[in-house]
Amino acid sequence: MQEYHLHLPLTKEDVQALRAGDMVYLTGPMLTGRDAAHKRLIQLLNEGKELPMDVRGQAIYYVGPAPASPGHAVGSAGPTTSYRMDAYTPQLLKLGLNCMIGKGRRSDAVRQAMRDYGAVYLGAVGGAAALIARSIKSAEVLAYEDLGTEAIHRFTVENFPAIVLMDAHGGNLYESGPEQYRKE
Amino acid sequence: MREIPVSQITKKVKELFLTSAYEIGPDVEAAVRSASESEPSPIGKSVLCQLCENYRIARDERVAICQDTGMAVLFIDVGQDVHFTGGDFEEAVHEGVRQAYREGYLRKSVVNDPLFDRKNTGDNTPAVLHLRIVPGEKVHFLVTAKGFGSENMSAVKMCVPADGEEGVRNFIIDTARKAGPNPCPPMIIGVGIGGTLEQAALIAKRMTARAIGSHNPDPRYAKLEADALAAINRLGIGPAGIGGETTALAVNIDFAPTHIAGMPVAVNICCHAARHAEGEV
Repeated sequence: MQEYHLHLPLTKEDVQALRAGDMVYLTGPMLTGRDAAHKRLIQLLNEGKELPMDVRGQAIYYVGPAPASPGHAVGSAGPTTSYRMDAYTPQLLKLGLNCMIGKGRRSDAVRQAMRDYGAVYLGAVGGAAALIARSIKSAEVLAYEDLGTEAIHRFTVENFPAIVLMDAHGGNLYESGPEQYRKE
Repeated sequence: MREIPVSQITKKVKELFLTSAYEIGPDVEAAVRSASESEPSPIGKSVLCQLCENYRIARDERVAICQDTGMAVLFIDVGQDVHFTGGDFEEAVHEGVRQAYREGYLRKSVVNDPLFDRKNTGDNTPAVLHLRIVPGEKVHFLVTAKGFGSENMSAVKMCVPADGEEGVRNFIIDTARKAGPNPCPPMIIGVGIGGTLEQAALIAKRMTARAIGSHNPDPRYAKLEADALAAINRLGIGPAGIGGETTALAVNIDFAPTHIAGMPVAVNICCHAARHAEGEV
């Protein structure tokens, strides 16, 4: 298990170096998006249209933040469960998205696409939302403002804490981690 | 007979949702803190410490413990000698939810139509209301702000009498195993056994709010709670699902009389941000 302080967007070398179980602290810009935004993005792709933002080499955080109270860039902002995005994810990885941040298991199709196109899946601690929000320094809406919390934002983060859940080589902390403590 | 203006209902509902969004219950916090000391996995321990720190920040800064501030669920016991004045009772409850979510910077997570429109209602209403008429002239509230990462991992099974204790225990354990990391473990597991399909589910929901460390007064059900909890904590899932011995903090079971042919079992999973509050008007 290694610890890395990385700048976003991640380089190809960063993505290849990370292994399931590593701790990372991210600094830089990341996109946000969850159920409704993914549905719209994939609709555009299926119609052969351009996306409202470039996803090549970018990181996306699956989050629907709480509203910001005065003096804060954003409200509480922990990860949402990622499997609901699985149906849409391989197409975005094919376009070059190389980092996803969420929580929970992913489908076999997503894991295969991560290996094929070179991407990592990081976990933020679900429910540690007020703590995570402290590392988010600014937030702006990039697209789909009408979706409210589900709009696509650009967050700028500083030392955003995450754990590598699944790496670009097939490593999966959700298998290797529990394996060590299972007593069935 | 006691007259209660519905404005008092709005005020109480608002207060309870704000409290539950910012302040974790002392039983949950104590259980997470104690697990952070006993958890053998270093990374699991660090996750539990982050949760304790998160509870502290939320309480001190009056910000939401989790961004998923849930769908508002209320169990309301209305005294039969109460007469509500000044408006529609249920609308007054929704108004309390509306004010809490708007003024408290809580996320609005409710869509109007589940299948086709899915348009956000913008104020986290409607809430889900479960009303009972009880003796007396008070109104008692148990409110929970139910996040859906864990709600989605819940399950109902129409067991048959022959499934017995083992069948029920296995269904509870299997539901936790399938949930894995998705519902934000360590989880609190509410279980309803008996009644009808919807009564079992209602009991399970109530049980997600029963205090951690309390037990079913019937020793047979208390033993089932303890056995299921111990088995779930042997699954290895651990804090945040990345390995460890702290997978669930509690299995809370209650039961109801049921039909000669049936044994419904509902398992409602709640995350470690188990937000609920009680109050009275």
